Amino acid sequence: MSLIHKTAAELGALVASGEVSAVEVARAHLDRIDAVEPKVNAFLHVDAETTLAQARRVDERRAAGEELGPLAGVPIAHKDVFTTTDMPTTAGSRILEGWRPPYDATVTRRLREAGLVILGKTNLDEFAMGSSTENSAYGVTRNPWDLSRIPGGSSGGSSAAVAAYQAPLSTGTDTGGSIRQPAAVTGIVGMKPTYGGSSRYGLIAFASSLDTPGPFARNVLDAALLHEAFSGHDVMDSTSIDAPVPSVVEAARQGDVAGLRVGVVKEFGGEGYQPGVLARFHETVELLESLGAKVVEVSCPSFTTALPAYYLIAPSECSSNLARFDAMRYGLRVGDDGTRSAEEVMALTRAAGFGPEVKRRIILGTYALSSGYYDAYYGQAQKVRTLIARDFEAAFGQVDVLVSPTTPTTAFPIGERADDPMAMYLADLCTIPTNLAGNAAISVPCGLADEDGLPVGLQIMAPVLADDRCYRVGAAVERALNDRWGGGLLSRAPEL
Amino acid sequence: MSAITRDEVAHLARLSRLALSDEELDHFAAQLDVIIGAVARVAEVAADDIPPTSHALPLANVYRPDEVRPGLTPEQALSGAPAVEDGRFRVPRILGEEA
Repeated sequence: MSLIHKTAAELGALVASGEVSAVEVARAHLDRIDAVEPKVNAFLHVDAETTLAQARRVDERRAAGEELGPLAGVPIAHKDVFTTTDMPTTAGSRILEGWRPPYDATVTRRLREAGLVILGKTNLDEFAMGSSTENSAYGVTRNPWDLSRIPGGSSGGSSAAVAAYQAPLSTGTDTGGSIRQPAAVTGIVGMKPTYGGSSRYGLIAFASSLDTPGPFARNVLDAALLHEAFSGHDVMDSTSIDAPVPSVVEAARQGDVAGLRVGVVKEFGGEGYQPGVLARFHETVELLESLGAKVVEVSCPSFTTALPAYYLIAPSECSSNLARFDAMRYGLRVGDDGTRSAEEVMALTRAAGFGPEVKRRIILGTYALSSGYYDAYYGQAQKVRTLIARDFEAAFGQVDVLVSPTTPTTAFPIGERADDPMAMYLADLCTIPTNLAGNAAISVPCGLADEDGLPVGLQIMAPVLADDRCYRVGAAVERALNDRWGGGLLSRAPEL
Repeated sequence: MSAITRDEVAHLARLSRLALSDEELDHFAAQLDVIIGAVARVAEVAADDIPPTSHALPLANVYRPDEVRPGLTPEQALSGAPAVEDGRFRVPRILGEEA
């Protein structure tokens, strides 16, 4: 089997034993990127020299007898919303074109310390705002299952890179579903850790009370290994949780659901859901039952107002966070001809540097926070947030995990929802409650929809700091389905 | 009745320091009207006695140890600046001509 088809765990073991060098592993993936990138366009920046230099350092550390972690020498694609000192960081925006950050994000630093080899920076919806990666200022990324369709978003470059075997692992960020939804529509695993479980230091902010870094992988164990590698307390992020990382790797290895109580969220299904998505979802619930889980239906009535609450809270935080792009200290500056004031230059720069979705959300957030509307919109949305957290609390009093489809539909065609914001927002219907409550959730592949032959994701939600349950259930589902299919879902994807 | 007018969008754009074109204003006003109409549903939830949640974690006043550590050098801090003069950020005029 070629190196690009191996799991991250296998690659780590090969490098640790010295059977294969980190440089060879990196070269194999750089070659794959060369071969399929013209079709997929997952990356905004690839620099073979920088990548190979990192790989050589891992080989040197090994040769010097250093004890390396399980992912040392494993290549990774890094979402271009984390700062990196040796590669540009753009957040998919013109306003940061060519920017070289003066410091590494904590997630970046931990990847380096674990010996992961960064292949490049992946495409995303501008400032992580979107569900299709069409909002990038640098072109669309294509779904490896069907190049005419979206790879999900906002972390669409990261999902596509892993699904296209350009990298065994990638990083993402999830504010309203930006890891789970792209994972679902590309047939891979994507995890949103508990809020505060992974550091936001050096992550370019969109909505600070929601933004959560997390892993993508082609299987549950690899996702858990990456989760463990970059998570944990960080003094540089004041919202970071000072508690041990849940034992996600152990849970992924175990994958036992006997006696586990699984709640099916009653509100997620029915109208607006693709029949093929619901069919795969219900089959997977039956599968869990056959594996010994106790399945019950659970009602979370407030989840139906999560989407409107999110589209007030996230834009409000975004309008405040993106005020930092003022054309003064870094990034783009437009119209500074000596006659214009700083304020005029600022307004011209922001108009030229931000794309339509970012502008819409800044205006929407400014509206929701303005006096006279604050109580009716932002204030009321915050109360809905409380109700959603209470629904989760009540549900987790009865069951250990909740399940739902990750997305209402499979990957939609590029362009279909590009100028219809409300239709685009519906892609995150099932993922948003978890962001508002701050708990953990994962998406794992659960089959292909009959209508279009495209991947469907199962979402598994767990309480705050019970991230391990997501991996435990995810691993059980993965093992049983792979047995049934005779291999992983991606082995059924068309050749690129 | 529309939820938001074009004039309101223009005002919000000014507050947000976004120099939008007439075409953008027309386009965004129509889209924002639909979006605000949809998100206004939060008002229908009876929640008078519910406390607001601004943040999922019950954290307050988190401090890190007060230790001296190296920060950015002037060169690093200025490395991404659109314009630099004498080791400082050069910015357009902030005050009016008469100042």
